[in-house]
Amino acid sequence: MSGAEKQTATLKIWRGRARDAGQWQRFEVPFEPGQSVLDGLRWLRIHIDPTLAIRFSCINANACKECMIQVDGETVYACTARLEPREMTLTPLPNKKLLRDLVTEIAPPSERFAS
Amino acid sequence: MNVNPVAIETDVLVIGAGAAGMYAAIEAARGGADEVLLADRSLIGRGGATVMAQMTVAAALGEEVPDDPRHHCQNTIAAGRGLCDGKLAQLLCDDAPDCIRELDRWGVGWARKDGHITATTAPGHDRPRCVYVDFINTGPAVSKTLRAEIARHQKNIRRAGDLCFVDLIVRDGECAGAVAWHLPTGAPVIIAAKSTVLATGGLTRLFRRNSASANMGGDGYALALRAGCTLIDMEFVQFFPIGHLAPRLIGMDPIMWDPFRYKLGGRLLNGRMEEFTSAYGSDEADKYVLTRDLATYAILKEVEAGRGSPHGGAYLSFQHCTPAALRAAFGPVIDRLAANNIDLTRTPVEVAPIAHYHMGGVKADADMGAVGVSGLFVAGEVVGGANGANRLSGNAITEALVFGRRAGASAASRCRRATARKLSARDAGSALDLVAAGGNRGSPNTAEMIARLQATMSDNVGPIRSEEKLNRALEDIATLTAEHGEEPPGLGGAFDLQRLEWLDLRNMLVVARSVAEAARSRTESRGAHQREDFPQTLPQWRLHQTARWRDGELQISGAPAAALAS
Repeated sequence: MSGAEKQTATLKIWRGRARDAGQWQRFEVPFEPGQSVLDGLRWLRIHIDPTLAIRFSCINANACKECMIQVDGETVYACTARLEPREMTLTPLPNKKLLRDLVTEIAPPSERFAS
Repeated sequence: MNVNPVAIETDVLVIGAGAAGMYAAIEAARGGADEVLLADRSLIGRGGATVMAQMTVAAALGEEVPDDPRHHCQNTIAAGRGLCDGKLAQLLCDDAPDCIRELDRWGVGWARKDGHITATTAPGHDRPRCVYVDFINTGPAVSKTLRAEIARHQKNIRRAGDLCFVDLIVRDGECAGAVAWHLPTGAPVIIAAKSTVLATGGLTRLFRRNSASANMGGDGYALALRAGCTLIDMEFVQFFPIGHLAPRLIGMDPIMWDPFRYKLGGRLLNGRMEEFTSAYGSDEADKYVLTRDLATYAILKEVEAGRGSPHGGAYLSFQHCTPAALRAAFGPVIDRLAANNIDLTRTPVEVAPIAHYHMGGVKADADMGAVGVSGLFVAGEVVGGANGANRLSGNAITEALVFGRRAGASAASRCRRATARKLSARDAGSALDLVAAGGNRGSPNTAEMIARLQATMSDNVGPIRSEEKLNRALEDIATLTAEHGEEPPGLGGAFDLQRLEWLDLRNMLVVARSVAEAARSRTESRGAHQREDFPQTLPQWRLHQTARWRDGELQISGAPAAALAS
């Protein structure tokens, strides 16, 4: 195929349903240079742990704007942040309600279900 | 675990908040429905296909050159290879100009020249008819405009993202509402509605490489099928010929190259850097006229003959264009390409067919009522029949708008006559059990199962098919269905993605089966359905196959007598 050299990123991810009740987990994720953090998260859900919760819709286009998380303390779109061959720390957005793992409540209140 | 469902009532329930669902909600509110619930399993106006539509919208506006919906309809029917549902195609073309002008008044920002909305000639159209928002911003602009318009109707339209729909509730042949699962809390929800509109989009997620969103797994087809509706033309999946393949390009829609072909041409070359499309019956010369089914076939045949590009596609080259021409056409996109180390003046990119759109879907009447179940309406890509065996470029957003508006009007009109049923947990039946079940952590691996389904669908139910391949796909689907089982896994509680994927698979597997079975029984080639073992288009196959769910079994019918006998 492309012959591009495979590299490995270590993704350190916050797991849990609350900010004070959960734990860090580390995952080794192989990648080709150019791939996104979302590519890595999708790979690890398929190959290692399908229970990891992430939010995304459009996969690649940066059109839906649903995949916002923090990488090393900086707010990014997981679909445009690139994987790097080092430890990268992934956390949910700090200023939104945490639902699970990397997923937060990002919809404006008027677009949420209220019974 | 929440076992007591939340029960709510509404006049109109709209499932799916892309362009079709949003237009339906607006029209239902304008048509007098007091309470409209617009719900989506993703977020409002952000998931689905609309936001990904970077190309054009077809409508016979006739602003720059004379045009008439009749001409648009002729082109639509010709592209459909003899299988368009005439009344749906006519509705699509007749109402398109009105919808485009309404969006214009709402401030969508159609590209203009000399004060007129300007149009381009997409392949298969006989004149400039396809409007757009620069630069490759059509879908996001349409989404944003409708979302803002919805907000202006907030007295009547409630919005609810993160609601996954498990099943429709049908009583005495009428759709009475639906059972949903609220992702942020894990709570089951029972929604009673006088009218329900399905606007869930297509099924491109069934394939490995696709141009839409992660939530386009054909859930609307499965909901409709289990509710007793009829699906038609399920074998016709449109592949977009020049989806981006390599080098890795992030932050861009894989179908982004098409608008630039309209503006600049762009040369399609095989792995030997030779033009090849003329060998398949269409000489492109300087113009971009090749329809999608032919281009897809030509690229895959070159790859099969060992003349593909390194990643297994074709080259698309803009090297004949000057940097100034590229900058004029691509605008800021040039800089986004540069961030991905792509310089079009120096190198071509690699492209290959990518699952893009589904022609098949729920059989509907001209008021967008789902045939067989009253109180249920359909809009957008979930509708089958309007585009026949191959959709004309530019008709997807058009049908979202036109069918959405019509479905919303019909839903409102039914509300004036219907009374709401009271629904309880008993009405929700087994759907409620699926949401509230205990589940096992980690087993099965739903993400891996979806990847396996996508692999077999791409390899065996892609653009070039054969009985052997289709049998292989159906075996794989049967294996996956057995693994999937009856009991959902998952952790329970908030945003249980594994259980969500299990529910997605429940839909994806039955929809995949309907595509593969219909493809196996259509023993001819037509439009987007190409059989290596039956390469001819046969007059006796000028008919629709239907899929229905009876006693837990999928039934495909409609094959001509001669085909069934063989």
